[in-house]
Amino acid sequence: MPRVPLAWLAEWVDLPEGTTSTTVGAEQLAADLARVGLEDEGLHGAAVTGPLVVGRVVSLAPEPQKNGKTINWCAVDVGALNDLDADGGRTVPRGIVCGAHNFAAGDHVVVALPGAVLPGPFAIAARKTYGHVSDGMICSERELGLGEAHDGIIVLEGTPAPGTDAIELLGLGEQTLEINVTPDRGYCFSLRGVAREYSHATGATFRDPAQIEVPVPSGAGFGVVIADDAPLRGQAGADRFVARIVRGVAAAGPSPMWMQRRLTQAGMRPISLAVDVTNYVMLELGQPLHAYDLAGLVGPIVVRRARAGETLTTLDDVVRRLDPEDLLITDGAGTGDEPGSRVLGIAGVMGGASSEVSPTTTDVLIEGAHFDTVSVARTSRRHKLASEASRRFERGVDPELAPVAVQRVIDLLIAHGGGVADPTGTDVDQRVAVEPILFSVDLPTRIVGVEYPADVVRGVLELIGCAVQDTEPGFLRVVAPSWRPDLTEPIDLVEEVARLRGYDQIPSVLPVAPSGHGLTPAQQTRRSVARSLAESGLVEVLTYPFVSPTIHDSLGLAADDPRRVAARLANPLSDEHPELRTSVLATLVEAGRANVGRGMTDLGLFEIGLVTRPVPGTAAAGRPSIETRPSDDEIAHLRAAVPPQPRRVAGLLTGNAEPAGWWGAGRRADHTDAIAAVQRIAGIVGVPLTITADPDHAPWHPGRCARFTLADGTLVGHAGELNPKVVAALDLPTRSAAFEVDLDVLLDAAPVDPRQAVPLSTFPIAKEDIALVVDVAVPAADVFAAVQEGAGPLLEELRLFDVYTGAQVGEGKKSLAFSLRLRATDRTLTAQDAIAVREAAVAEATRRVGALLRGA
Amino acid sequence: MSTSHPTPELADATLSPAPLSPLDVTGIDAALTAALTAIAAASDLDELKSARIAHTGDRSPLSLANREIGQLAPTDKAAAGKLLGATRGRVSRALVARQAELEAERDELVLRTEGVDVTLPAERTARGARHPLEALQERIGDVFVAMGWEIAEGPEVEAEWFNFDALNMDADHPARQMQDTFFIDPPSDGLVLRTHTSPVQARTMLERDVPIYVVCPGKVFRTDELDATHTPVFHQVEGLAIDKGLTMAHLKGTLDHLAKAMFGDSAKIRFRPSYFPFTEPSAEPDVWFEGKKGGPGWIEWGGCGMVHPNVLRAAGIDPDVYTGFAFGMGIERTLMFRHDIADMHDMVEGDVRFSLQFGMEI
Repeated sequence: MPRVPLAWLAEWVDLPEGTTSTTVGAEQLAADLARVGLEDEGLHGAAVTGPLVVGRVVSLAPEPQKNGKTINWCAVDVGALNDLDADGGRTVPRGIVCGAHNFAAGDHVVVALPGAVLPGPFAIAARKTYGHVSDGMICSERELGLGEAHDGIIVLEGTPAPGTDAIELLGLGEQTLEINVTPDRGYCFSLRGVAREYSHATGATFRDPAQIEVPVPSGAGFGVVIADDAPLRGQAGADRFVARIVRGVAAAGPSPMWMQRRLTQAGMRPISLAVDVTNYVMLELGQPLHAYDLAGLVGPIVVRRARAGETLTTLDDVVRRLDPEDLLITDGAGTGDEPGSRVLGIAGVMGGASSEVSPTTTDVLIEGAHFDTVSVARTSRRHKLASEASRRFERGVDPELAPVAVQRVIDLLIAHGGGVADPTGTDVDQRVAVEPILFSVDLPTRIVGVEYPADVVRGVLELIGCAVQDTEPGFLRVVAPSWRPDLTEPIDLVEEVARLRGYDQIPSVLPVAPSGHGLTPAQQTRRSVARSLAESGLVEVLTYPFVSPTIHDSLGLAADDPRRVAARLANPLSDEHPELRTSVLATLVEAGRANVGRGMTDLGLFEIGLVTRPVPGTAAAGRPSIETRPSDDEIAHLRAAVPPQPRRVAGLLTGNAEPAGWWGAGRRADHTDAIAAVQRIAGIVGVPLTITADPDHAPWHPGRCARFTLADGTLVGHAGELNPKVVAALDLPTRSAAFEVDLDVLLDAAPVDPRQAVPLSTFPIAKEDIALVVDVAVPAADVFAAVQEGAGPLLEELRLFDVYTGAQVGEGKKSLAFSLRLRATDRTLTAQDAIAVREAAVAEATRRVGALLRGA
Repeated sequence: MSTSHPTPELADATLSPAPLSPLDVTGIDAALTAALTAIAAASDLDELKSARIAHTGDRSPLSLANREIGQLAPTDKAAAGKLLGATRGRVSRALVARQAELEAERDELVLRTEGVDVTLPAERTARGARHPLEALQERIGDVFVAMGWEIAEGPEVEAEWFNFDALNMDADHPARQMQDTFFIDPPSDGLVLRTHTSPVQARTMLERDVPIYVVCPGKVFRTDELDATHTPVFHQVEGLAIDKGLTMAHLKGTLDHLAKAMFGDSAKIRFRPSYFPFTEPSAEPDVWFEGKKGGPGWIEWGGCGMVHPNVLRAAGIDPDVYTGFAFGMGIERTLMFRHDIADMHDMVEGDVRFSLQFGMEI
């Protein structure tokens, strides 16, 4: 984001005393700009501190060294900072060792004395070197952060007094503010724009740097043809192209130090006079510019779209394969060649290496053009090539600027490099007039909630540069200024009124919403589920949904398992994790392992989150226009294109479920904890689940996996112990248990109608115990269900309280002991009643699962 | 003890003192004193039992004297009966009282010896916790539900149209490039991981009738590497209100209310101009609060603005009749400032110790 050297800014808008040189002043300016929407991204204050002064070289003695170098042992007069003489006067020049040779006795140089800190930071101290004590340092531009030159020290022009503060002299104490410019404020990529905004924020006087006299050309200049045969979105790629010529200029020489300093402060590298001047004017006005070596150009310049197969080596020495949407600057390669056959550069993005200003350049052609935002943005993105020019063009450049900026470049080139401008000039201008906006003066008040009188509204619009005309009562015809291409609709003008009058004027009023319905039952229940799992001792965590395709193998999923069908990211952060999870467990296991690795070995984790289950063959999402509401078909199509993302709840348990303590041993988590968690969830949602063994569902243990279904057979999820192979592959502790259920399926099955209460009977309870012997393979749930249904309506509660296998029941058998609590709603049960229930329960169990009453 | 026939042992002269005369006032008084002294001296229930037998048993002086009343002249019977009755009553009451005292002492002793170290660890089941980001989202949701708003939801893998186009960001919009978007492969499918919760705005406006007052807390995704202040997966709470007559003042009032709910009653909001394609005017709200680490001050809190007329039109809502405001706040940021969390890593790495610090409520 742009850096604004404040001393430069001060040329175009009045700044309070101290703004450019003190942190406090610069911070105030940053706060003022923030109020109008230019956010402070950092203050780059003085890069040099401490004694940095002008020195006059009194004498220098070259001293060849053993290493082949020759150093200069210098005596430097630094005025009031000289060393003491015998009488206590400061008359003795400082002794300084210097390796550079581009100066002579009598020259005025920049001296950093002990205590100074140069950019780096690099602290200066008196130090022993080459057999002398060097009492300071004579500085080069690079050492002071002023520029790139480091082949010699700075020799100052004129004769500033020795001892003069060089920080102020060189502008090294100047503050530079980095600001964030939002996409609608392209014009703030210039000193001109920031100065104007500062004026809006504070009322300070603004001087427009674009107010430059441009002489009328004496005739046609260098030939320029705009030939865009494939405009993007109906917009011509270029609608203005100004070209002017300066001859006999020292284009490749250095630019003046002040200019280099400002470019450096703004974050650009000084290169040569021609390049520096175009950059300087771009920074000041916001118009990107290009300087061509005229000697290399074969006219006319043709602005056209690229042809398939064309390439260009850009200034950064990268060969670019051009796309037919790229807009190019071209010329004829040599005498007789077709105009436009040679590519010079990518319009508004970057020039080519072939036409740049070289050390032999004396005649230059300056280009100032106006390119389409979309065209530049697409090209910049396509080639991953963001330049100072593209940043400005893609946000919108003031189309009035081109001739003005080119004139300013010419003036600076001639001032600092000599030469003469051609009286002729080219200005191909194909701009379309800006449409006026019909603006209701009430709109700002209606939108912002602050009473803005009509004259205030009009005043603000005129202040920002709009041409305002009265039309019908209550409305204004507003033409936005050329530097504000973002102002296209009435609502854009509302923001201008609000922001210039100040957002601090907006009162705080709490709106009264119509009465709502609270949380939906599903939202309410989801909260209950999360809370209940946490209360049962599990800890909620959140994991990233990104997974490696190898997770499916680690989880032991079969080759055709639908959970292998995952959405893949086109641009993952890590190539190792390009897929989106198809189960929550797939990412929860990683959190489990990380926790165990950190020593949390007794672990119960859960996560509630979405998984993505793409349906192969789904049509791509459309892109309907936003001019109006899309049709119902279009909306349905958009929704259908989005893959199903069911909400799951998963848990992982390992180590002790109940801790060991002074009371004795702990209890290890096992499959029952996972199964209990699912049953707890189902209980909260209020949906009865059928539980069956599932011998074939990864990643669970084939003998210890429970499958849960709704009454209609819809799968809800699984719970149990993880397969030891999976546990080993994922490096989890042995015997880890897990569950995962589809919360959406459960919530959809939740009863809608209010639960109807069963009246409580106060008649006494009757208790019966029965022990049933069945084959080992018969699931307890089947026996339980048989007893429950066989016992009939008098059964209030049924509990399975013991499971026995062993000699007493015989090989291949097990005994299940149940306690029945019986109660009638209308009478006290008799012994006969209880016996009848018991017999019916046993009979049903015998019929269904071949159960025999134990001991019978 | 109520039977009166003598047993052979009772005839034993050594254990059977000479009967006291029921008319021997001095003797009876001495027996009373002896009984009361013995009762008072009994230091436990066994001693009290011995005292009871000695002083009220069949062969105690007072019982024996009482038995003698029958032998007295009829004229003496009444006086003797009265005297002995009163005397035995006093002994009996003293016994009851002492019995109660000693039982209480014994009970207290028993309870004392049953004492345990109540400071031993007592929780035998592990304690769980909610993730504070989830708990905070619920809490923020409750702040709005209390005002009559409702909670809307949307998918995380989202159509580009909802994430960008419907929010006034077409394919060439510069703001679309500011958001570092994860695209689903192939990009021509037009699917992204939502970069903000704002697509829920678009969905809500297509689904619900105006007036609309909804918030949507949820996960969002940007291609930022995880560091102390960035995470590729984070959470926002989106707010959207569409009604007749809504202004930026209502937006400020709503955020002021949320700020106070999150950061205390003295918290307040200020707006800085900003830019979002789907709001105009747009603002970045800063929140000021007293408890800010390092002293009271402002922190950046999110983005907001008045819903852009183009966004309303794309949902079929007439911007000449309805206005609306929208906001999006970072949940992580809120949590970090509210609870002094210095490093994003702690929030996202799934370390149970992080959640356990917060427990159930936030």
